[in-house]
Amino acid sequence: MALNPASADAVIVVRGLQTRFGETIIHDHLDFTVQRGEIVALVGGSGSGKTTLLRAIILLLQPAAGSIQLFGQEIIGISGSAAFRLRRRFGMLFQQGALFSSLTVRENVATPLQEHTRLSARQIMDIADLKIALAGLPAETGNKLPRELSGGMLKRAALARALALDPALLFLDEPTAGLDPVSAGAFDELVVQLKESLGLTVVMVTHDLDTLWQATDRVAFLGERRVIGYAPMRELTRSEHPLIRAYFEGPRGRAAREQACKVK
Amino acid sequence: MADPARIQPDPEGWRCEGDWTLAGIEDFAAPLRSSLPSGPLTLDGSGIQAIDTTGALQLLRVIADLEQAGCSVRWVHLREEHRALLELIKERLATAGTTTVLQPPNHLERLGRQVVFQTQRTVEFLAFIGEAATALAQLTLHPRRFRWRALFSDIETAGVNALPIVALLAFMMGVVIAYQGGQQLNTYGANIFIVELVSLTMLRELAPLITAIIVAGRTGSAYTAQIGTMQITEEVDALRTIGIRPMDLLVLPKLLALIIALPLLTVFADALSVFGGMVMAQALLEVSFSDFLDRFPQVVTPTSFLLGVGKAPVFAAIIALVGCYQGFQVRGGADSVGRQTTVSVVQSIFLVIAADALFSVVLGGVGLWR
Ligand SMILES: Nc1ncnc2c1ncn2[C@@H]1O[C@H](COP(=O)(O)OP(=O)(O)OP(=O)(O)O)[C@@H](O)[C@H]1O
Ligand SMILES: [Mg+2]
Repeated sequence: MALNPASADAVIVVRGLQTRFGETIIHDHLDFTVQRGEIVALVGGSGSGKTTLLRAIILLLQPAAGSIQLFGQEIIGISGSAAFRLRRRFGMLFQQGALFSSLTVRENVATPLQEHTRLSARQIMDIADLKIALAGLPAETGNKLPRELSGGMLKRAALARALALDPALLFLDEPTAGLDPVSAGAFDELVVQLKESLGLTVVMVTHDLDTLWQATDRVAFLGERRVIGYAPMRELTRSEHPLIRAYFEGPRGRAAREQACKVK
Repeated sequence: MADPARIQPDPEGWRCEGDWTLAGIEDFAAPLRSSLPSGPLTLDGSGIQAIDTTGALQLLRVIADLEQAGCSVRWVHLREEHRALLELIKERLATAGTTTVLQPPNHLERLGRQVVFQTQRTVEFLAFIGEAATALAQLTLHPRRFRWRALFSDIETAGVNALPIVALLAFMMGVVIAYQGGQQLNTYGANIFIVELVSLTMLRELAPLITAIIVAGRTGSAYTAQIGTMQITEEVDALRTIGIRPMDLLVLPKLLALIIALPLLTVFADALSVFGGMVMAQALLEVSFSDFLDRFPQVVTPTSFLLGVGKAPVFAAIIALVGCYQGFQVRGGADSVGRQTTVSVVQSIFLVIAADALFSVVLGGVGLWR
């Protein structure tokens, strides 16, 4: 894997990362870089450590070795206050939604705003309503509790909360899983629109082949505890690596590629 | 640091400047209407350094205000990507529609809702007891369907694992009662009556009660939390779908386990608390172990021992049924588990003490208490 120099425009630089749970090593000597304004997808088989990599990058998991830089700042051994400031600059959509069950959707979205800004309560609610609308939910959803939502609506409410602080960097763990195809398409479009108008950087874990073709700039393939392929979708699908071929050469992979080529 | 977002009047109209971002709009205040030129208003977007969705929202609100006041707004020098974002936000806001923030109900309404709610809960609890009794009756017809493994593991966690804490607390209760009572007896020179005092109070009243309270706090709460969490993660629904009745798997083994374990724990607490009293009697009142044990069978009849232990299965049923019932009442999320667990412990301790009072009255009435 080419060691491109950590340029000024790299938002995430991961070098020689090792993570482990007890004796089980999940990542070893993993390198991964994301440039500003890119939409990057992480793919790989189930259990290959995609969620774990995200958790290490967003300061939820202490790596065993290696270095991770976010916005040019080393996060291994970072101080508490620096971590707090850093957390304001990214948003995360968790795989299971992770909405606070005792709060309404609007209050869920308002929580990061209340913690990190000095806006008035009315302004915060106004902004929360906007984020709910951006995520594609009807306005009355704001008054509902998470348990009153369907699986797809939960995903969008979680996206609204991830967008709350208008982060420059957005992490999405399987954002379109559980969405109907129309909503999934709209989601891809929204991510691209936000990237173009806000210069957002997006790192997402996804198994959705349509999203991979439509919305991403580059795709990183996780396998054998490392990133074994990192390229735009068109190139990655031509890779000779047996794991990558197995992933994309199934009937679904081929169908999605044909579809994508027809559209383009 | 962000450059604050602001609007400056200039000869042509208004000029937007600064960072129209979350950090930039914290102190934003729209300029006074009095600075408005008459006729159409030009907004100059060339001074906008950065814009995000929150900033765009703020800008749209300003424009909406102006339009409501009868101004027609025209943008000049607005960068293409900024225009695209404003359009996107405008369109999303329009498709989402509007809603109002719900107002919390007033006091009278809340009181009314509370009354209805509590009545429903009481009826439901009675129904739950009935359901459990039916399931128990069906069990006697098909004993092979019973979950023996669940029963034994529940007896272990609720009974065996509770032995140390029950031992410690019962011993200390015995010590305390002997100490307090002993001082009074000593002034009358009636030291030997410490045997009656400790044995009868502990065996009839305090040992069963203290054991039940420990078990309610330890095991009743665990039942609620376990069933409640399973309720949230839809495990209870999964059981139903597979054809296992939650009553059979989750409630009956717990109920029977407690009905078996609590009387045994009570006997254990009886022994330990009397031992605590003995230690105190020897240390303080010069009543030796052998004097104490000689007198013990003369003052403690089998009836008073059995009456104490006999209350335990009733307490056990209360604790298990309340704990399981409150577990099934969990809805939604983590906070609900916490709430129902609290309710479960408070209710079961309350009902245990109420039942104990009822025992005293009824048994006193039929003359068994003497
Ligand atoms: N808390 C944990 N304790 C022990 N092992 C864990 C823990 N979390 C994850 N793992 C293990 O780490 C590996 C990677 O898990 P991870 O959740 O990152 O997978 P993933 O790539 O996100 O998979 P999926 O696509 O199914 O979400 C798995 O083998 C998993 O068993
Ligand atoms: Mg995952």
